[in-house]
Amino acid sequence: MSYPQDIQDMIDDFAFLSDWEERYMHVIDLGKALPPLSEAEKNEATKVKGCVSQVWLVSDKTGGDDPVLTFRGDSDAHIVKGLVAVALQIFSNRKASKIHELDATEILKELDLQEHLSPQRSNGLKAMIGRIKAEAAAA
Amino acid sequence: MSFNIDNIRAQFPILSREINGKPLAYLDNAASAQKPQAVIDAITGQMSTSFANVHRGLHTMANETTEAYEGARAKVASFLGAPKPENIVFTKGASEALNLAAYGLAGEIEAGDEIIITQMEHHSNIVPWHFLRERYGAVIKFIPVTEQGELDLAAYKSMLGPKTKIVSIVHMSNVLGTVNPVKEMGEWAHAAGAIFIVDGTQAAVHMPVNVVDIDADLYCMTGHKLYGPTGIGALYGKTDILERMQPFQGGGEMIEDVFEDRVTYNDPPHKFEAGTPPILQAIGLGAAIDWYTGFDPAEVHQHEMAVYYHALDGLRAINSFRLIGDAQEKGSVLAFNLKGAHAHDVAQILDKYGIAVRAGQHCTQPLMTKLGIHSTARASFGIYNTLDEADRLIEGVKKATTFLS
Repeated sequence: MSYPQDIQDMIDDFAFLSDWEERYMHVIDLGKALPPLSEAEKNEATKVKGCVSQVWLVSDKTGGDDPVLTFRGDSDAHIVKGLVAVALQIFSNRKASKIHELDATEILKELDLQEHLSPQRSNGLKAMIGRIKAEAAAA
Repeated sequence: MSFNIDNIRAQFPILSREINGKPLAYLDNAASAQKPQAVIDAITGQMSTSFANVHRGLHTMANETTEAYEGARAKVASFLGAPKPENIVFTKGASEALNLAAYGLAGEIEAGDEIIITQMEHHSNIVPWHFLRERYGAVIKFIPVTEQGELDLAAYKSMLGPKTKIVSIVHMSNVLGTVNPVKEMGEWAHAAGAIFIVDGTQAAVHMPVNVVDIDADLYCMTGHKLYGPTGIGALYGKTDILERMQPFQGGGEMIEDVFEDRVTYNDPPHKFEAGTPPILQAIGLGAAIDWYTGFDPAEVHQHEMAVYYHALDGLRAINSFRLIGDAQEKGSVLAFNLKGAHAHDVAQILDKYGIAVRAGQHCTQPLMTKLGIHSTARASFGIYNTLDEADRLIEGVKKATTFLS
């Protein structure tokens, strides 16, 4: 399957990383580069339930029938914040129909981060993606 | 049995496991401990050779299984220094033991009666008392914890009074590792006319416990942290206290006679054991106690603390390391944070190196609030942990700091 160019770029970046340590470093760096949410934006409404670490997700939409959804997110834990960054890279700033179509499981496999998607994992990546998909479906 | 660490480790099949291509270093014993072959064999052996429901059976295996089950009760009694097996109620764990205590004593609580606990309690020794607050108007008072992680005993003394009905204290904190002076605290509680309850979930695994010496009215313990199976724990109670307590759950075995208009109850401990009990788990716990008491408790304690201090010395050299809980008297629980890092990050990275630690609030939200922290990472050492594993923890935490700085 072919991905949008920015997702393909991310996959290519990850392909250069030889082991889990480099992958974790990269994920953490992506998280560090993410602009933090303001304290006011970190509230009960934006908090993603089902995460052991705290995760917040803020969304905006523009356009009509098939609006473009933009997400911003934050977490108090480094690795999770990095996973937030990965999820935003995949889904943010895309049309609702595209968000619906994108298969996060496939992409995370390409990044060798699929271990984080198991429902038994408590980091909440699955909950985060569920929230993004639900917002796209409702848009 | 003399204390030989290689010999001990060889008795735990799971310790030869690899995690993420690294040998497992299991440092999550305060959450649950691994099981020696003797415990595994006791459970499978019972199922393979003699099993039936306990009590009132008239056939051979029912009698054999009852003997094994009641024999396990006697082992728990002896382990805790209880006068007789009838002082031991089997529960599914320490949480159920504490809930049973609260429920059993609820009938004696009136609005305005005071229950004293501490800020370092596990939620299991907080929430059951909140039930009494919600339902009967009890007032809960929390003994403050100092910066070092010790109880403010002067504050405790000033809290006691004619309204104090219950004092329920953790023997050893699951986060701070602090060992509280329960004997002294119990004397004060009794002087005030209160019932004195001790949560021995962690303590019973790390130090010799004698409930008579402590003079606890009720003492709780769990099996799975004592190298036994899950689903089994115990509530020790003084005979008169158990007789005073109202039954918790109704069903088979806990009754004497049932009529359409009334019911009479069996004597303790059976009064509190409705339904088919966790027979195999109790027998497994008995085997765990047999196994564990084969060692000199002083030697076990010394070994665990040697691993603890070895780890602590190495970790203290890391700039961002902060120990949570530095009490004078403490057991082998090492809670910590790294400045600028989340405890979950630390635990996830350590897992990649095969090191299992816990991270989070450890079911102690009031303690976290008091300490002004959100969570901690926690390494907790058991009988089978080694200095080498402590070194791996130190190296793993150093690695984590390079990731997270």
